[in-house]
Amino acid sequence: MSCLQTIADYGLRSLGFGERLLPSSDFTLCQQFTLIGSGMIWNIYFGVVALALGFFLSTALALGKASDHLIARKASEWFIFLFRGSPLFIQFFFAYFAFLALKSSHPAFDPLTSAWLGAAIVLFLNTSAYAGEIFHGALQSVPKGDIEAAEAYGITGWKRFRRITFPTMLRLAWPAYTNEAIFLFHATTLVFFSGFPAWQQRGDALYYANYFADKTFNPFVPYPILAFYFILLTLTVITIFGLINRRLTRHLPQEARPRMRLRPMLVR
Amino acid sequence: MFACADPQSLEKFDWLVCYLTSGKHVLFYQSFGVVLLLLAITAPVSLAFGFLGASAARSQITPLRWFGKGYTAIVRGVPDIAFFMFFVIALDQFFEYLRHKVKCPDWDLPIRQGSDFIVCAQAKLPLSTAPQWQHETYGFSLAVLTFAIVFGAFAANVLFGAMRSVPHAQLETAEAYGFSRRQTFWRIVVPQMWIYALPGLSNLWMILIKATPLLFLLGVEDIVYWARELGAAKQARFSDYPHGDWRLYYFAALLAFYLLLTRISEIVFARITRRLSHGQATAAGEKQRKAAA
Repeated sequence: MSCLQTIADYGLRSLGFGERLLPSSDFTLCQQFTLIGSGMIWNIYFGVVALALGFFLSTALALGKASDHLIARKASEWFIFLFRGSPLFIQFFFAYFAFLALKSSHPAFDPLTSAWLGAAIVLFLNTSAYAGEIFHGALQSVPKGDIEAAEAYGITGWKRFRRITFPTMLRLAWPAYTNEAIFLFHATTLVFFSGFPAWQQRGDALYYANYFADKTFNPFVPYPILAFYFILLTLTVITIFGLINRRLTRHLPQEARPRMRLRPMLVR
Repeated sequence: MFACADPQSLEKFDWLVCYLTSGKHVLFYQSFGVVLLLLAITAPVSLAFGFLGASAARSQITPLRWFGKGYTAIVRGVPDIAFFMFFVIALDQFFEYLRHKVKCPDWDLPIRQGSDFIVCAQAKLPLSTAPQWQHETYGFSLAVLTFAIVFGAFAANVLFGAMRSVPHAQLETAEAYGFSRRQTFWRIVVPQMWIYALPGLSNLWMILIKATPLLFLLGVEDIVYWARELGAAKQARFSDYPHGDWRLYYFAALLAFYLLLTRISEIVFARITRRLSHGQATAAGEKQRKAAA
């Protein structure tokens, strides 16, 4: 069987298209590359959905944590502590069993127990908490001169937030936020190992890598393939966020722009 | 004390007390000890790995420096879970391979035959005749080593940064006083780097705490394993304590356990930071000096 045929059969296997049965013996390198790559679709899906939605909630959380309103502040603080203080792995398990309980009470909650929705919700809440903390830190370090200048020009309230505070906050938080995005993508590999079932063996990249490692008893092929894909993904994320960073800082002189320093932090 | 001999006849509260002190629950409570043991062993070992890695990355010997830099870089691009899954099998096969080479030198079959990894019977780890506790200990040690390697790479990153944060003027002063490179490292850099490393190390400790449930993936019977086992619905036929699906409550308890652990750590680290800042050339140290004066 040629490699192109394998790609046609297994390229979209993680979504349920193509060949039904996974290869069970005589694994070729091509099969491993194709299936693990096919699993990456899920990792990218989870990461993109959680980041896109989480951006708004994390901004709200940062504002809540910095607000003078007691209830808003306490609620944000507790939310952030709850999701940052416990392992994502346990959060997945807890959420899955909570969704199971909901499902048994009403069939409308049915989709929550499948990974595409349930795990995406958990990742969304989790990344909101982490990014909320990052944004809050940035919000606290917005230079007070900027705000005073805005007030002197009569810019207040919502307009001041939209024109002055928010862009500065984003600019300050961006390097740390990039880091958070990278590790969110890494965290997506936990989904199918934490309760959420890989229905009809439609799993993510680590699920397939683990499948091959179990079957061949040789970890030295599938995991490096997985590493290759993830390094590629990480570089893509860095490039995209770097471009956004350039846009955010386009009015600043060259040397005043914050350099994108990436540090390996945040495993959850 | 009341008897737990016949649970069906017990009242609600007594039933719960008996249920929570059953033999399997004692194992569940012990597995919390396993988590703490893992933390207690892994933290110093990975700190040592990290120190070696960071020192290697600063080394003047080029291959050693490459090794150190490579080690600190591995965790950047690839999910740590992949490393966990990889190292557990890879280390196991590595040890068995070494023993195979030593114990059965006249074995001529290839070790990898298709989908099998075959070593001679004497090289198996642990021996197939070994008692159960040896299997468990071996599994746990593999897990500890895996954790130490991955977190050592994180720690190496932190310590490498901290070593570079020690004010350069101090190193120059040491050189002016005729300190050798080695003396400068041990007498100037190492004692002072900790305050710069502390934010990173405290972060790392939090990460380590939050990585402990991954023990489950490495095949250790840890708290996640027992929470799934004990929480699953039990039927009256197979259990003295029949109940529905309680896994939600068990995982809620685990959630609370981890929140407590991180909260305590936060408080402890705040104290250590205050102590280490004493007399340091940092903003926090300066603040303490002014407050005392």
